[in-house]
Amino acid sequence: MTITDETIDYVGILAKLELSDEEKLQAKKDMSDMLDYVSKLNELDTDNVEAMSHTFPYNNVFREDEVKNGDDRENLLKNAPCQKDGCYKVPKTFD
Amino acid sequence: MDIMSLTAVEIGRKIKAREISVVDATKACIDSIEKYDKEYNCFVSVDKEAALANAELVQKRIDAGELTGPLAGVPIAIKDNMCMEGVLTSCSSKILSNFVPTYSSDAVLKLIEAGAVIVGKTNMDEFAMGSTTETSYYGPTKNPWDINKVPGGSSGGSAAAVAAEEVPCALGSDTGGSIRQPASFCGVTGIKPTYGRVSRYGLIAYGSSLDQIGPIAKDVTDCATLLEIISQYDPKDSTSVNRGDNDFTSALVDDVKGIKIGLPRDYFTEGLDPQIKEAVYKAAEVLKSKGAIVEEFDLGMVEYAIPAYYIIASAEASSNLERFDGVKYGYRTEEYTDLHNMYKKSRSEGFGTEVKRRIMLGSFVLSSGYYDAYYVKALKTKALIKQAYDKAFEKYDIIMGPVAPTTALKLGESLSDPIKMYLGDVYTVPVNLAGLPGISVPCGYDSDGMPIGLQMVGNAFDEKTIIRAAYAYEQTRTYSRPAGVSERGL
Repeated sequence: MTITDETIDYVGILAKLELSDEEKLQAKKDMSDMLDYVSKLNELDTDNVEAMSHTFPYNNVFREDEVKNGDDRENLLKNAPCQKDGCYKVPKTFD
Repeated sequence: MDIMSLTAVEIGRKIKAREISVVDATKACIDSIEKYDKEYNCFVSVDKEAALANAELVQKRIDAGELTGPLAGVPIAIKDNMCMEGVLTSCSSKILSNFVPTYSSDAVLKLIEAGAVIVGKTNMDEFAMGSTTETSYYGPTKNPWDINKVPGGSSGGSAAAVAAEEVPCALGSDTGGSIRQPASFCGVTGIKPTYGRVSRYGLIAYGSSLDQIGPIAKDVTDCATLLEIISQYDPKDSTSVNRGDNDFTSALVDDVKGIKIGLPRDYFTEGLDPQIKEAVYKAAEVLKSKGAIVEEFDLGMVEYAIPAYYIIASAEASSNLERFDGVKYGYRTEEYTDLHNMYKKSRSEGFGTEVKRRIMLGSFVLSSGYYDAYYVKALKTKALIKQAYDKAFEKYDIIMGPVAPTTALKLGESLSDPIKMYLGDVYTVPVNLAGLPGISVPCGYDSDGMPIGLQMVGNAFDEKTIIRAAYAYEQTRTYSRPAGVSERGL
């Protein structure tokens, strides 16, 4: 499968990655090679096969809705690259 | 006596018998790391002071009769993708190179409860994406059997540290072979448990439906002992199972009479190093002579596992790694124009090439218009792979084969051709897709003296049968050390 510049730019938006021109060229090649390779799966007839996300029959796991954790703000903020007044600080998002 | 030449259980026994102290064991371990790790680069971080202080505390608790387990006082290393409170947990990535968690993963907590002394965090492929430990931000780990070769990956630091006797045992994690393959390349033993056995709470996710934490050590006894400790039910991981059958050390029995072992013919085809084939068949003969029933059969689906795996793992990775955005933790770029630019630059500067490659692929296969053709197709393939195993386990107790098609490759040989590198996972990834337990034990050496690993795969939650067979097989062999390790102190 040929990957166009538009596709790489679009995937870059989805993946939130900014690739240099050189990286884009390489990404086009890598992705195209990989998609050609995985197209091997098309040899398989899977029309009547159900997609399997969990291997074992796990059912939903429920618990009582009890609060067990307290205010963990200080800990949560410990690794923040930038913080202000007990909140994460981010660049301005709108004017 | 050289403490570091002992196994973890032997060290625990000597501590209990007061032949050595916990501080003696911890010191021996740290001395070994200080002496030898410059050469091998197994560790991302080692906290000597904390380990020694902890060793004294553990000794007091042993003396008070509070800690009586087999690994009380035994030093251990943890792969750097498991959170540890107050200790750098980097996933060998620049993006987490400043991340100091405020909580510990469940597996780490269980080890601490059992009195193990954690000495450091081991090197890995960045975010566990790789089979060589070369994609680490902290540089590659070298194989103690030949420092020009890779230790395997992604738990290469853990496997090499055990082989180099820098630590008696370690935890790794296995998403597509990341415990079994480095164990095989480094001539040590590793277990990838059934999905759900060990809590993933605090394990930094790569492919959540495939990831499992497991032990790497010098022998089957150590691995079973470690697994018994870390595989207790954890309500914080909704995929953790509560079965109460994790008494794995009860399976350390030298008896394989009547155990049915299947060798998949489709494993022993083109691409497999003939020396590995020979070693695996020899191991089968040994087990046969001990009373096991060994047969060849056709497993099927073998060539479809890698394509399905790379779609599913990359898709899950692209989603799991969205959280690294320069806001809550980790690396943030220095200059940016707005929020989106900050996200993009932080991620692009923080992630390495292989991680970006998989995030891009994962984002693509999940994107509108391609989701059914790739992602759903891979999930359907996974169902067929599981069916193939189910059919095999109707006839056999164990499916046995190689761990990898080659022994350890030279450093720098793999990264230029990703697909070729991915093909090296052919025998390990199907096991993760089917959620099954697998063990890797040494079974020989190639003409260059590099270790060869034997893989035994069990049915879901039947770790005991593979532990028993691996233990029985191990009794026919003696543990071998790399030349550089066995010649120490001579």
